[in-house]
Amino acid sequence: MAGNVDALYIFLLIVTGLMTLLVFTAVIYFAARYRTQKGIRAEQIEGSTPLEITWSVIPFFVFMVIFLWGAVVYFRGRTPPRDSTEVYVVAKQWMWKLEHAEGQREINELHVPVGRDVKLIMTSQDVIHSFFVPAFRMKQDVVPGRYTMAWFRATKPGTYHLFCAEYCGTQHSGMIGSIVVMEPAQYEAWMSGGSTGPLSASGEKIFAELGCVTCHRSDTQGRGPNLQGIFGKPVLLEDGRTVTADENYVRESILDPGAKIVSGFKPVMPTFQGLVSEEQLNALVAYVKSLSKPGEAGPKTAAVPQTAPDANKAKGSQVE
Amino acid sequence: MVTATAQPVERENYLNKHYGVGSWLLTTDHKRIALLYLASITFFFFIGGFFALLIRLELLTPAGDLVQADTYNKLFTMHGMVMVFFFLIPSIPAVLGNFLVPMMIGAKDLAFPRINLLSWYLYVIGGVMMLHCMLTGGVDTGWTFYAPFSTAYTNTKIVEAGLAIFVAGFSSILTGLNFVVTIHRMRAPGMTWSRLPLFIWAHYATSIIQILGTPVVAITIVLVAAERTLHLGIFDPKLGGDPLLFQHLFWFYSHPAVYIMILPSMGVVSEVIACFSRKRIFGYSFVALSSIAIAVFGFLVWAHHMFVAGISVYAALIFSLLSYSVAVPSAVKVFNWTATLYKGSIHYEAPMLYAFGFLGLFTIGGLTGLFLAALGINVHVTDTYFVVAHFHYIMVGGALMGYLGGMHFWWPKISGKLYPEGWARLAALIVFIGFNLTFFPQFILGYLGMPRRYYDYSHMPEFQVLNVLSTAGATILGVGYLLPMIYFLWSMRYGKPAPDNPWNAAGLEWQTASPPTTFNFEQEPVVTWEAYNYEEIDSVEKPEVHVVG
Repeated sequence: MAGNVDALYIFLLIVTGLMTLLVFTAVIYFAARYRTQKGIRAEQIEGSTPLEITWSVIPFFVFMVIFLWGAVVYFRGRTPPRDSTEVYVVAKQWMWKLEHAEGQREINELHVPVGRDVKLIMTSQDVIHSFFVPAFRMKQDVVPGRYTMAWFRATKPGTYHLFCAEYCGTQHSGMIGSIVVMEPAQYEAWMSGGSTGPLSASGEKIFAELGCVTCHRSDTQGRGPNLQGIFGKPVLLEDGRTVTADENYVRESILDPGAKIVSGFKPVMPTFQGLVSEEQLNALVAYVKSLSKPGEAGPKTAAVPQTAPDANKAKGSQVE
Repeated sequence: MVTATAQPVERENYLNKHYGVGSWLLTTDHKRIALLYLASITFFFFIGGFFALLIRLELLTPAGDLVQADTYNKLFTMHGMVMVFFFLIPSIPAVLGNFLVPMMIGAKDLAFPRINLLSWYLYVIGGVMMLHCMLTGGVDTGWTFYAPFSTAYTNTKIVEAGLAIFVAGFSSILTGLNFVVTIHRMRAPGMTWSRLPLFIWAHYATSIIQILGTPVVAITIVLVAAERTLHLGIFDPKLGGDPLLFQHLFWFYSHPAVYIMILPSMGVVSEVIACFSRKRIFGYSFVALSSIAIAVFGFLVWAHHMFVAGISVYAALIFSLLSYSVAVPSAVKVFNWTATLYKGSIHYEAPMLYAFGFLGLFTIGGLTGLFLAALGINVHVTDTYFVVAHFHYIMVGGALMGYLGGMHFWWPKISGKLYPEGWARLAALIVFIGFNLTFFPQFILGYLGMPRRYYDYSHMPEFQVLNVLSTAGATILGVGYLLPMIYFLWSMRYGKPAPDNPWNAAGLEWQTASPPTTFNFEQEPVVTWEAYNYEEIDSVEKPEVHVVG
């Protein structure tokens, strides 16, 4: 990703450098050449429509090239590849909380393997923050009340700065951390310690505890829609619209169930606003997602690796 | 500021016609109101500048050691609010525009002289509220007021600062309204639209933005206050609001506001370049219409401040595309000014040096805008020092260079005195060097990844060298800004009396006395010539243009 951005950046440096050179040279040359001299008067020139058209149209086409190139780079940077590793990010004043889909939790530090696509599913507990890794040329605001996404693929092991780039209050400049990029083997070793079991498993537990399972049954008899296999699929709504069941849809359906009623169902679900934390929401989303993963399609019967007693001690960092 | 020192032999003019505080505070003379504005915005400029100085000093070292984090956050917030709302937006329109718009079109005053005075009072009331707010605790949200931080997570004086801006906003709206009506209705016989000086076209375009844009920011401020005090859910998701809605509303005004700052400056530069090249501006109608184009397109690009805020990819594409549409008329202007120099008879008086400075800084500022409008690059550099450098090149490099250039150009008309030319040229040079040293390193800092609004960068000591350069530049720049204030004040008492038309310039304002009488013209002028008729002016045998000082 950094390479793509830098290539465009260099292209722009060259183009704008040439434009600057052109203007500056002309200004300096004219200013020196036509310096006022006794007896020589300025020559009045009204203007020239062909010239005006030339210096409007040529820049316009240059701008369009920049626009298209910039758009392509942006599009790529915004579209996470299909089978990325997922990391859930919860930002708060003034700390980054990260949870791997596999269950590892970290604070202000994110360990990732080299060469793997990592998708970040981010939200904020309070104000707007922004997840910024300059080395990856990647930045995405983290907004309360919704998920925003970003992704990257690290290509070189090392430790890179993570900054909060959206002003968020007193310790804004202290809301920093690092991305630790590891060789795959090292990363596997790191991953093997301190997990609480996959995030989707915690999600399944919460799903049961909150009683979701009584309505969202895995057959067609429930009062709520069956959630098997819906993730990532289009959903027909009562008002005739169709939406894609993505992370934000699942999130909204939990917090504001009346917003989008699935066709054939009644708006009977109560809101869970204020009853679930951002972390629990993430787990629920991960669980719903897992119901659509091949091989995990069937309803799992509580056969989840039990939470270890020292579960909250994530490797290499502390959990609040 | 101007005390109209008694000079017994002087002709009667707007400065010496009446004396006493009352004659100033109750004046409806657009020229006196311009001077009231001059004094007030200069006051705020130095307050804002003082904050900037403290910011730069804090950033001299990576650790946060000069002030507390909260203090630093308030410093950059107040710097932004004061500079944007109480200096840059009123600067050229309220001072030079107020002084010159009626004179340039051959009118006795603006269409609504009392409303003009009301504008100034609103500005002062807003200013006093802002001062009170700053002295009793200040604000720490950044000048952008982003919700929900501003509505729920800070306990600083949001509502009071917002109200101050709200009140000052009406001053801006009324000034714009006054200009539009004046330009439509009060032009002297023969002063057709195609004969208007480009300064007038620029102010016309600016006024449109002031009238259409400012109410939106006023509404936004009211909504922030409503959510903060009444807990209505508008922006805060916890109350069912949408934080991105705030950003849309805020930038709908605050992006065009940049053009409120830069367009008048472009108007000044057109006048100055024409005069000191002794030529009609190349492509007059293209330069005039590009001002209108900038004002119109300027309203369609606001979401380019939000490419990483969480808007849809497709919205981002449209706003990126539209942003390039503003770049075209801006480029057209630069090319036309450059072409005006061709085969001119170029003089190097201080106003022209500022105009050259403007060309240089605006070109760099504009071209770095191309980087920011490119989506892929925006993601990396937005909210870093790259953006800080970019908008300072436009708003300080561009707008302030134009303002200073204009102040020098029209100072003989305003004060009736000549400023010391040597000092003025020196100051222009110092400002140019100081400015570049301050802000150029910030482009590099930004690309390297230094986020803006960081008061402590002790984990990134690699950023220090560039920050030191920037702080060094800021001190030079500070000297460059102090100098003109000193010698302008000096010249009011000790300067040589200015002739009516020291530059041999075209334009009706130069056909009045220096300083003008209260009603500007002895009799209503009738215009039979095109703008910038330097050919005629120079063909009449006249003494060489004064090299002043």
